[in-house]
Amino acid sequence: MGSVTLSNLRKVYAGGQEAVRGVSFDVADGTFCVLVGPSGCGKSTLLRMIAGLETVSSGTVAIDGRTVNDVEPADRDIAMVFQNYALYPHMRVRDNLAYGLRNRKTPKPEIETRVAEAARILGLGEMLDRYPRQLSGGQRQRVAMGRAIVRKPQVFLFDEPLSNLDAKLRVQMRVEIKRLQRSLGVTAVYVTHDQVEAMTLSDQLVVMSAGRVEQVGTAIEIYRRPMTRFVATFIGSPPMNILAGTVEPGGIVALPEGGRVTVPAAAALAPGTPVEVGIRPEEATRRAADGASLRMRVDFAEELGATRLLHGKLGGQDFIVQTQLLDQAADGDAIGLSVEPSAVHLFDPGTGHRID
Amino acid sequence: MQAKRVTFGGTALPLALLAPQLAVTVVFFVWPAVQAVITSFQREDAFGLKTEFVGLENFRDLWADPLYLESFGTTMIFSAAVAVSALVVGLLLAVLVDRVSRGAEIYSALLIWPYAVAPALAAILWAFLLNPSIGPLTRLLRVLGIAWNYNVDGTQALILIVFASAWKQVSYNFLFFLAGLQSIPRSLLEAASIDAAGPWRQFRTIVFPLLAPTTFFLIVVNVVYAFFDTFGVVHATTGGGPGQSTTLLVYKVWKDGFIGLNLGSSSAQSVVLLVIVIALTAVQFRFLERRINY
Repeated sequence: MGSVTLSNLRKVYAGGQEAVRGVSFDVADGTFCVLVGPSGCGKSTLLRMIAGLETVSSGTVAIDGRTVNDVEPADRDIAMVFQNYALYPHMRVRDNLAYGLRNRKTPKPEIETRVAEAARILGLGEMLDRYPRQLSGGQRQRVAMGRAIVRKPQVFLFDEPLSNLDAKLRVQMRVEIKRLQRSLGVTAVYVTHDQVEAMTLSDQLVVMSAGRVEQVGTAIEIYRRPMTRFVATFIGSPPMNILAGTVEPGGIVALPEGGRVTVPAAAALAPGTPVEVGIRPEEATRRAADGASLRMRVDFAEELGATRLLHGKLGGQDFIVQTQLLDQAADGDAIGLSVEPSAVHLFDPGTGHRID
Repeated sequence: MQAKRVTFGGTALPLALLAPQLAVTVVFFVWPAVQAVITSFQREDAFGLKTEFVGLENFRDLWADPLYLESFGTTMIFSAAVAVSALVVGLLLAVLVDRVSRGAEIYSALLIWPYAVAPALAAILWAFLLNPSIGPLTRLLRVLGIAWNYNVDGTQALILIVFASAWKQVSYNFLFFLAGLQSIPRSLLEAASIDAAGPWRQFRTIVFPLLAPTTFFLIVVNVVYAFFDTFGVVHATTGGGPGQSTTLLVYKVWKDGFIGLNLGSSSAQSVVLLVIVIALTAVQFRFLERRINY
């Protein structure tokens, strides 16, 4: 019903700047798809192309199997929630919700029931006669979603909808959005630069960088098996440690200032090949310093409550280890570390691609 | 953090610093205004030898004078015509420039130029273009079958001064409307287009309501301009004629006072104008600070 299909989509601006460089992926009906990437990676442009707010330079956008490249935004059967909510400031909440329906000449009683229903779902009942300026950030956010709901579209588009809210409200609204999408069973495409939001909300995660798709998959697939160094360091917090090293015989990678890591995938590479080793902070385990294959000097520790982050140098390169609350390592200590071979990722330093 | 206040020790320095501005205000504004109020209660004899206090008689005479009431009506029509036409054209140009993607700065700069022209010069320019015997536009009108001669036809004379006055004001309105349009978040219009509002509907239901504060401010400014800054326009073109047809209140003040030498009546008229401008300003401050504020 509400599937979205992008094929080889490109966007080149008048100045020659290429914002989207050939993007293809499918979003199945009812899926929550999150586009994530650093600012300027083209994710918002991509969303706006799906909405019809940006023209398509080449390639196709299809909604529900129908190519919509030249279809007006109003006729694409989509609804969009904007970063700044884009509520009409001179209209009451009720009129904000009803505006799109009135423009579509929906019968009055129908408008009233739909507005009432949206207000009930979002808990906006008492706010219907207020103006947007009289609402808090979270309430405005709800009105923006209500404006999307009343239309009953095939696809919801979200453009960084939570970035203007404070941290606590953001977590709360995140849960509400997910619950809403589930209960309505509607397809959603959601843009964010926040990887926690991306991981928690998505059924399907699309990681973008510099106008290209780096990887598409479920959050857990991408976390467990990042296909590029970019994805590896972008998804996960704190980010994955990347260490440069060289391959030695027997599936061993040697780090420049001592230290060796066993990586099964390195066995297939010729000795002396330069590689990059990726280790997530939570996959490195504390060992006694004596006789450990990896040794790190602790520069300082960050206390996060349940866990501690030890920042230091390993083989002359920056390294972060996530340890337990009871860990006693202090600034200046030398600690030993070990890593399960299966938890080590290997990347080509030239292309950044994963080596399996 | 509150900015630190600099305080002066004595009162001499602050007074000295304020003196030039105060002097200008007192000499050119307060003094004549007070003089006008005083004179408006007096009557001078024909030879200027004797002045007597007559109370409100000058004002009563005004309301009984059909010429004054006619001038009042003319001024109302004139102000409304100037404000409406300058606002509509200014808004139209602003909307067009707002839509242009390339060269918008050039259009803006060119459209602001007329504001730099003094009202009297603007008037002479239009009087030349529409001159009954040599005006190029007159010839055009004649082709269209309109006999144009503002020296004879009172309505045409009024149209001429409306044109000359509004032309300049279009620039001013354009500038404010353009700034107003550019301050409307792009995403509002995008949301409206997803909400199935076409360009005209977007303008009517989103853009125009959001421009209301600007529009209201400009209405007041335009009316004040039409009431008080148009002496030069009338003086340089029609001289208030033919007959009484373009004698605006502000022109009549001058005519009755300096040509007719009826100082009492002229002063009473300027006091009426003073009251009008105070009222307009009060309305503006009151409303701009409240209501239309998003």
